[in-house]
Amino acid sequence: MTKLILLAVLVLGVIGAIFAVVLYIVAQKFKVDEDPKIDEIAEVLPGANCGGCGKAGCRAMAEAFVKQGNMDGLRCPAGCDAVAQKVAEILGCTAEAAEPQVAVVRCGTCHNGSLNKSQYDGLQDCAFASSLYAGANGCAFGCLGLGNCAKACQFEALHMDPETGMPTVDEDKCIGCGACAKACPRGVIELRNKGKNNRRVYVNCVNTEKGANARKTCDNACIGCGKCEKVCPFGAVHVENNLAYIDYNLCKACRKCVAECPVGAIKAVNFPPKKEVAAPAAEPVAAPAPESVAAPVAEPVKSETTQN
Amino acid sequence: MKLLNVSGSPHVHSDESTKKIMWRVNIALIPMLLVAIAFFGLNALLVSLVSVACCVLFQWLIEKFILKVPSTICDGSAVVTGLLLAFNVPATREMFWIVAIGALVAIGIGKMSFGGLGKNPFNPALVGRVFLLISFPVQMTTWPKPGENLFSMVSVPTTDATTGATPLGILKENGTDALPQVWDMLLGHIGGSLGEVSAIAILIGAIYLLCKKVISWHIPVAFIGTAFVFSGILWLIDPTAYMNPVYSILSGGLMLGACFMATDMVTSPMAKSGQLLFGFGCGLLTIIIRTWGAYPEGVSFAILLMNAVTPLINRWCKPARFAK
Amino acid sequence: MGGVHPEENKISTQAVIEPFPVPEKVVVLMNQHLGAPATPIVNKGDKVKVGQLIAEAKAFMCANIHSPVSGTVSKIDVCKDPFGVSKPAIYIDVEGDEWMETIDRTPDIKRECTLTPQEIVAKLKDMGIVGLGGATFPAHIKYNVPEGKKAEYLIINAVECEPYLTSDHRVMMEHAEEICIGVSILRKALGVPNAYIGIENNKPEPIAVMKAMASKFEGIIVEPLKVRYPQGAEKQLINAITGRRVPSGKLPIDVGCVVSNVGTTFAVYEAIQKNKPLIENILTVTGKKIPSQHNYQVRIGISYGDIIKHSIGELPATTGKVISGGPMMGKAIYNLDGPTVKGAASVLVIDESEAIRDKESNCIRCGKCVSACPMGLEPYYFSGLVRNERFAEAKDRNILDCIECGCCFFSCPANKPLLDEIRMGKNKVRAMMAAQKK
Repeated sequence: MTKLILLAVLVLGVIGAIFAVVLYIVAQKFKVDEDPKIDEIAEVLPGANCGGCGKAGCRAMAEAFVKQGNMDGLRCPAGCDAVAQKVAEILGCTAEAAEPQVAVVRCGTCHNGSLNKSQYDGLQDCAFASSLYAGANGCAFGCLGLGNCAKACQFEALHMDPETGMPTVDEDKCIGCGACAKACPRGVIELRNKGKNNRRVYVNCVNTEKGANARKTCDNACIGCGKCEKVCPFGAVHVENNLAYIDYNLCKACRKCVAECPVGAIKAVNFPPKKEVAAPAAEPVAAPAPESVAAPVAEPVKSETTQN
Repeated sequence: MKLLNVSGSPHVHSDESTKKIMWRVNIALIPMLLVAIAFFGLNALLVSLVSVACCVLFQWLIEKFILKVPSTICDGSAVVTGLLLAFNVPATREMFWIVAIGALVAIGIGKMSFGGLGKNPFNPALVGRVFLLISFPVQMTTWPKPGENLFSMVSVPTTDATTGATPLGILKENGTDALPQVWDMLLGHIGGSLGEVSAIAILIGAIYLLCKKVISWHIPVAFIGTAFVFSGILWLIDPTAYMNPVYSILSGGLMLGACFMATDMVTSPMAKSGQLLFGFGCGLLTIIIRTWGAYPEGVSFAILLMNAVTPLINRWCKPARFAK
Repeated sequence: MGGVHPEENKISTQAVIEPFPVPEKVVVLMNQHLGAPATPIVNKGDKVKVGQLIAEAKAFMCANIHSPVSGTVSKIDVCKDPFGVSKPAIYIDVEGDEWMETIDRTPDIKRECTLTPQEIVAKLKDMGIVGLGGATFPAHIKYNVPEGKKAEYLIINAVECEPYLTSDHRVMMEHAEEICIGVSILRKALGVPNAYIGIENNKPEPIAVMKAMASKFEGIIVEPLKVRYPQGAEKQLINAITGRRVPSGKLPIDVGCVVSNVGTTFAVYEAIQKNKPLIENILTVTGKKIPSQHNYQVRIGISYGDIIKHSIGELPATTGKVISGGPMMGKAIYNLDGPTVKGAASVLVIDESEAIRDKESNCIRCGKCVSACPMGLEPYYFSGLVRNERFAEAKDRNILDCIECGCCFFSCPANKPLLDEIRMGKNKVRAMMAAQKK
């Protein structure tokens, strides 16, 4: 009996030893030399592979960091400064502080059917629909409402509002990776600086048609009248191609343009609602538009301010 | 005014639908069911009803409570699975509960676990059948003796006192001498599973499907042709040890398998060349299993094995490109 | 290989071509053709006559545009096309119907053509002729055979395999001689011995008429073809007539063929022999549920709404789609104020029972799309690749061979939007290739 046990142990032991040797040789032969820093950095990166940095994924970004040796021109938008700090420590360099950004949907239409001029019955994809025609609401510039941006978001920060059919950004979850902006075939979504207390002023339209034509298409369209450009004390607003654009680096969020805009195309978010500057001016223009458009504009303002 | 619709072209659609295809298959299976009832009595009808009812019920339950998706039982695919499963078991009273287990395996494991219709790699009815064959070998190979003439058995289900062997069983045990007449095999007057006995009924259904373009000729012809040629070669080598090729293609589930199981769209190749290859493989494997395997019948295993290589065939056999 | 048999529905074959009355105003888009928009050469307030040049081709891939009406240019602005996209356009208020003096408006048929091939091509360019088969390819580019290539076959596409459409059918019935003269002119321009007119067998009347007429001309052969959609697709037609196959990514001229639509040959006749620029389309107004069927000779720039109003009054209440072109490859339009352009072949009204797609279900891997594809592709596979954004693999599987005939979606029992996905895949693959070139 002991002989049998001994034999079994011996046989298994020899087999185990042979395998160990083989494994060792193979491991040596196919060993890949890699900077351990890559693993370290990959560890601190968020790991969502969102592509916001322009690389194929977090691992590729980590490799790029190590290859370059410093952080110039490389930034993980998902991780913001906290991650940048950690990466800088591993690399032994300094991280530049960057303004956190957030995705902004610059279109004031709604897709609940009230503005529709046609019905769409094809592949539920914005890029494809955009190649077919102007869109259900007749605007060849604005949001199509088929949700390519929501599909692209890796952070569940952007979803299609079931009531308006418009993409809505959850500002707490959005890390400004820009995947949605890339996914939008019409460039409706833009990354903008979060701003002080999350307060932002932006033009809620991307229609570059001439005023009268833009107005025919949509009640909320920017008509490129230039009033905002004149009233801005900081030179942050410019009208180009019949469309106003507010430079977020120059904008001081004074909201003079919001009051001035005759079509209510400029939107200010996360400001306390009581201020009288915006309210009376905005209301008469908001009134002709369907209520559902105005509602989501107002609601997040309240909820956000209570959080702040 | 009503809003106009916009979509990409084409703006019209053929009247084909999954539902139509599945119900056409069900219609094509009716002749076999009638022959089975004629020869095996009400047992055949009851086994089929139990099988169909269980398949539909299990699919409904799984979709409703596990997958939580809208029910698709109306598309008729569960009925097809149920009928095909019933056609692959003997028409005995024991089968009433055994076939229910088969239905659970066929629908639950064979189909729904992969995501439902269209996603299953193996023919669900065959998965159920093979499961039963392995789990209940005795019950699955106890064949009721067919009635003496077409109408003598259309009566109250009798006990399974008499058991009739299948031609393949006879061959395995007694050699080639004791085989039944070819005419009986065409008509279905032989022992065997419910739906496989009558070659004529199978051909009627297959011709209906061919006319309705539900199936194409490639798989059945390649399957039966290969089986015929291969068993013919064996028979020429030694007529006493191997079966006459005519018997080979008429016996067992070969006709049923070639016309209804191997042609299952989901689990067969897309391109015509691939379908020919698939049929060839099925035919070859069937005869190999029948001749040298442990089981007298090899159609189910052959088709399942070929199902497994279908993705490879799809990869290899592509349609001829128009523009090189 | 491949192909499908959609219901033919050629219900307007007996409607004789009527001239469509000129409305009060027209809008002439500057994108009448494939390629760059033409440049307006008239100004607001200018008086124009019918057939007067109002926009010039400045780019290579471009064609001249002539005024379809006489009157005053009211503005030069953008206009929404039938798909709702703004395009540059010339607005003209119609006053009377005064034609350019150079245009021969007599009904006499002019048979002799003394121009040299170069002169013919130059005149095609002047007259703004574009292909009327759907792609609106500028004719002067097509008939100017590039250096090093030789045209051996001239193929006239009179297949009209699209269901519903009857404009080619009617043109052949009513203008057979003009077509044959047009074909002879094109033959001369290309210097090819024979021209083949391909007609599907389901049109026995035009085949008889064209055969009788072609026998009086030298080198024109009428080829009856098997009925099968897409028999009239360029590559399939070349294959059916010459047995040659256009290789992937190449043009018909690479296999020595030039294909022209039968409607274009009629326009060529009018342009070369009668000095009439391309300002009119033969257009079918058809649909199962509309009260009357029509074939019209319609000036470009008239809005779809005007055509519908004049021909059938109002759209039926159950209208699902209005399509410009045939049901297989035409485009659904929704902005009926949008004007027609060169090559508009039909206003097809489809009932909602047919127009609205059934719900998509699981692919049952039936392979119907594979057997239907005339290019020998695997549409079901592209669907998966595109959904998973594997565009490089789609390119390797020759997604760019797709001619967008629609057979795959037409035949799919699971109603999967296969062609939608393939189109999207093609766009992405082209973008990917363009990015790689940079």
